[in-house]
Amino acid sequence: MHEVSIMEQTLEIALENVRSQGVNKIHWLKMRIGEMSGVVPEALEFAFDVVTEGTIAQGAKLDIETVPVVCYCPNCGREFHPPDLFYECPQCGHLSSQIIAGKEIELTSLEVS
Amino acid sequence: MCGTCGCGVIGEVGIHSHTHDRDRHHHHHYERAPGDRHSKGNGHRSVQIAQSILDKNDRLAERNRGYFLAKELLVLNVLSSPGSGKTALLERTITDLNDRLKSGVIVGDLETDNDAQRLGRSDIPVVQITTGTVCHLEADMVMQAAKKINLEPLDLLIIENVGNLVCPASYDLGENLRVVLLSVTEGEDKPLKYPTMFKSADVVIINKIDIAEAVGFERNKALTNIKRVAPQATIFEVSARTGAGMEAWYAYLEKQIQIQKSAIEQPLL
Repeated sequence: MHEVSIMEQTLEIALENVRSQGVNKIHWLKMRIGEMSGVVPEALEFAFDVVTEGTIAQGAKLDIETVPVVCYCPNCGREFHPPDLFYECPQCGHLSSQIIAGKEIELTSLEVS
Repeated sequence: MCGTCGCGVIGEVGIHSHTHDRDRHHHHHYERAPGDRHSKGNGHRSVQIAQSILDKNDRLAERNRGYFLAKELLVLNVLSSPGSGKTALLERTITDLNDRLKSGVIVGDLETDNDAQRLGRSDIPVVQITTGTVCHLEADMVMQAAKKINLEPLDLLIIENVGNLVCPASYDLGENLRVVLLSVTEGEDKPLKYPTMFKSADVVIINKIDIAEAVGFERNKALTNIKRVAPQATIFEVSARTGAGMEAWYAYLEKQIQIQKSAIEQPLL
């Protein structure tokens, strides 16, 4: 889902954050991508190579942390990681629609010089 | 170009008006952390960012939400695959409710204003967004279009999204209710194939029930799948063509409008 556009936006955010800090090179970008975000990490990596060419991030390492889905069960008040797309609480069987984690599309940090 | 669906996300978006002169959720807001720099042995330093890539759209969507709330509008974001019957459903809904509710519509398509023309026949304000190559609507497009409608007399603003069950799921438009449509010709396992979209739905409408038998639609299987993937959704089974099942949908809509109108009167906590 729009991995090229997302990577373009990511690069823009990265460049904005290092503007006027005398940064010559971005060596490493860390992203957190949720399992249910709709974004495919492999496509992001492909997009990364394309989008960073000719920029100070060219040749940088892209480190993607996949964030697993975590649901909250309002019935028994516990959090759980569902094994499939039916978010069934392992304790009480209630079907949860409260997703606490797993939808992130985040630029977390950079390593620069 | 979008690596998944091949659309060019950078495109010209056209917005034009068809006014006939007569009348959820879950997103992430990240504070941008101050550039926290740690020195690394190799002369590198790290910069903490922790910003959501869709942050800009999320913020604009919240702005839309506040704007629409102040106008006492109930706003729907209607989504489905192409051909599920979104426009037919909306045509029918608007026509049948014409004496009870005032509606306005924003419709998104890549090309043509055919949908806007169809909806415009009901003598309600319609704005067409032609996205060119963009395969989903975003919050800023919706606000630009909304400004071309006189919202004051309206109770209901309906946004008919681009026919696409993938990309629009991630773009909050500032709606109050997300309505996902599927038709009986699309198969009972649709919700299993598009969990991100169905899990974001407040309402799921099964359309074209008048031909369910002819296509061998397995109703119980479909309902089970919807309830398992989207336990939070209210389900309606309708035929926009014959009108079957539409009264329950109308009753729900009217109730939601009442709730929305009384929401503006509550102090914001």
